[in-house]
Amino acid sequence: MDLTFSERELAFRDELRAWLAANDPGPEPAEERAHYAWRRDFQRRLYEGGWAAVHWPPEHGGRGATLTESAIFFEELGRARAPLPANVLGILLGGPTLMVWGTDAQKDRFLGPILSGEEIWCQGFSEPDAGSDLAALKTRAVPDGDGWRVTGQKVWTSGAQYSKWCMLVARTDTEAAKHKGLTYFLMDMEQDAVQVRPLRQITGESEFNELFIEDAWIAGDCLVGGVGNGWKVALTTLMNERAGLAFFLQVRLRRMLDDLIDEAAARGLLEDDVVADRLGALHVKAEILRLTAYRGLTAIERYGQPGPEGSLTKWMWSDANQELAQVAADVLGPEALLQGTRWGYELMRARGNSIEGGTTEILKNIVAERVLGLPRAGRA
Amino acid sequence: MNFGFSEDQQTIKATARELLADRSPMARVREAAESGAADDDLRRELCELGWPGIAVPEKHGGQGLGAVELAVLLEELGYAVAATPFLGSVLAAAAIAHAGDDGQRARWLPGLASGELAGAFGGPALAVGAPGADVLVLVEGGAARVLAAADADVEPLATVDPTRAYGRVAGEGEPLPGDVAGALDRGAAAIAAELVGVCQRALDMTVAYVSERRQFGIPVGAFQAVAHRCAQMLLQTEGARSATYFAAWAADAAPDRLAEAAGLARAAAGTAATEVTGSAIQAHGGIGFTWEADVHWLFKRAQLDAALLGGGSTARIALARLVAGRAAA
Repeated sequence: MDLTFSERELAFRDELRAWLAANDPGPEPAEERAHYAWRRDFQRRLYEGGWAAVHWPPEHGGRGATLTESAIFFEELGRARAPLPANVLGILLGGPTLMVWGTDAQKDRFLGPILSGEEIWCQGFSEPDAGSDLAALKTRAVPDGDGWRVTGQKVWTSGAQYSKWCMLVARTDTEAAKHKGLTYFLMDMEQDAVQVRPLRQITGESEFNELFIEDAWIAGDCLVGGVGNGWKVALTTLMNERAGLAFFLQVRLRRMLDDLIDEAAARGLLEDDVVADRLGALHVKAEILRLTAYRGLTAIERYGQPGPEGSLTKWMWSDANQELAQVAADVLGPEALLQGTRWGYELMRARGNSIEGGTTEILKNIVAERVLGLPRAGRA
Repeated sequence: MNFGFSEDQQTIKATARELLADRSPMARVREAAESGAADDDLRRELCELGWPGIAVPEKHGGQGLGAVELAVLLEELGYAVAATPFLGSVLAAAAIAHAGDDGQRARWLPGLASGELAGAFGGPALAVGAPGADVLVLVEGGAARVLAAADADVEPLATVDPTRAYGRVAGEGEPLPGDVAGALDRGAAAIAAELVGVCQRALDMTVAYVSERRQFGIPVGAFQAVAHRCAQMLLQTEGARSATYFAAWAADAAPDRLAEAAGLARAAAGTAATEVTGSAIQAHGGIGFTWEADVHWLFKRAQLDAALLGGGSTARIALARLVAGRAAA
């Protein structure tokens, strides 16, 4: 047991810190489009500095960072109040999926523009009737000449309005069993057959969209991992979804909590034991989240597979973040309930945390079945 | 950053798990609890193996290993809910080793390390191991003192946890002149480790039970209400474990981070253990409420260990003020 960073890790961190200090992303814009532009510009700078995808192997433009270095990268990004790169889905999900399943030609074609942010990626998995039960999806792809024609509807597609490519899972065989008739495609978003409609969230903004796909064209060389293999390919994407982000989110939570504790202290509220207890409870959750996330890395580095910790951190984070926003509202009073303020926004935005990227209920099912080995919950 | 145990630590863990499964099954715990007498055979065997001295410096007759090794042993003893006065002895030894003077160390540590002497640790209202102890460490108002049995007025307490002896203690003794706060933080890491073991056992017993027990034609563990309770138990167990390992590691390797790490362990482990073991009773249904089922030993041990550790609320309030102070500095 050694809960310090190695010399190599410290050198990595210091180099990154120096770079971030010299490349201050500036204040976070409140307006949605400006916010996106801020993230895109920052990705460009990351790319030019060689920091866009530290966990990618050097032959694809990464730094071949270890899991711990990758965790440090996201921690430092959060610490510097820098945004996630605009193409976070391409970098964390799309690229790594192609590295496992893609042909050499696909890697040559797609990886570079993901890294530079020239081509933004989105994820077309969920459908109105296939959310947690992803394999129930109905979007249909049929062969047509040397490609495919796709028709269907997708939902909760983050960043679709900015995207060039969509990681699309569609049904190619209606006769096969639920999980077996699926295929993974890369769909060009720049065609009339794909309509993007923003979904307005409870925050008032539109991070997510609906996609209406009507006879859209997918070229034959944009199929990933073989016909009928879509479920397996999609799982690779989903496995990657929860790994790196935990560290960024954990630091963001820590930073906001520190701000709240400072604010409470400045107003003399920490002398109230009830307030101090609630803030202390959040401190404990934030620190346990960080420690547990690092324990998860140890498990992967030692045993080659995630331990129980990996399944717990997203659940811990969403719980803690929702509690943080509520404590802020309770402690700071009406001013934390105003529109256009950080806490007023966070109070609304945090409700999505326990739904996006796997609901807490689904995470509990996963923990119960795959970590604890309990009998599978009854399903119709 | 590496949370893994060394090979030696893994060996200690595996050996302890195996030995305790054999020597201290629940039937033995029950026998000791019902008769009101500690399991003497087990105590003798643990002393022969040198367990009480695992973290005592070699020059005082111990094995000279660290807080992490001690935590590993305590986690397994908690897992077994072993009916042995081990915790009082190792807590007394840790306090004397860290905050005692040379005379106190020379006088008490060799006996505590070999197991020839039994130790007790706690406050005036509750000290673990007090009845029958040869040496007691008494904590009061941030100061600690060491008392020989002859100087201590011990009133045995019939607590809800009959697997171990506890008592009230009065008496003068002599102060531990060193770093008492550091000694208490080391004690907190050790108690938290026992609680993590208690949590893990409660979880394992519950998972086994709800996988077997059938109602409406299926195992009750297939119902999400039950399965999600088990998932919550895992979340709390692993959270307490993360904080506890951090505290044990800091005790040996990063004393400057120990105050905060021990605060986390105090805030996390007691609450986790009382909730996880309470949940274990609930998930066992009616059987869980009977004397015949063994889950109640875990709930009872959790209550007493949590009381020794100090209230979670006190720890959380202190942590919030510590963090605010750090930010202001």
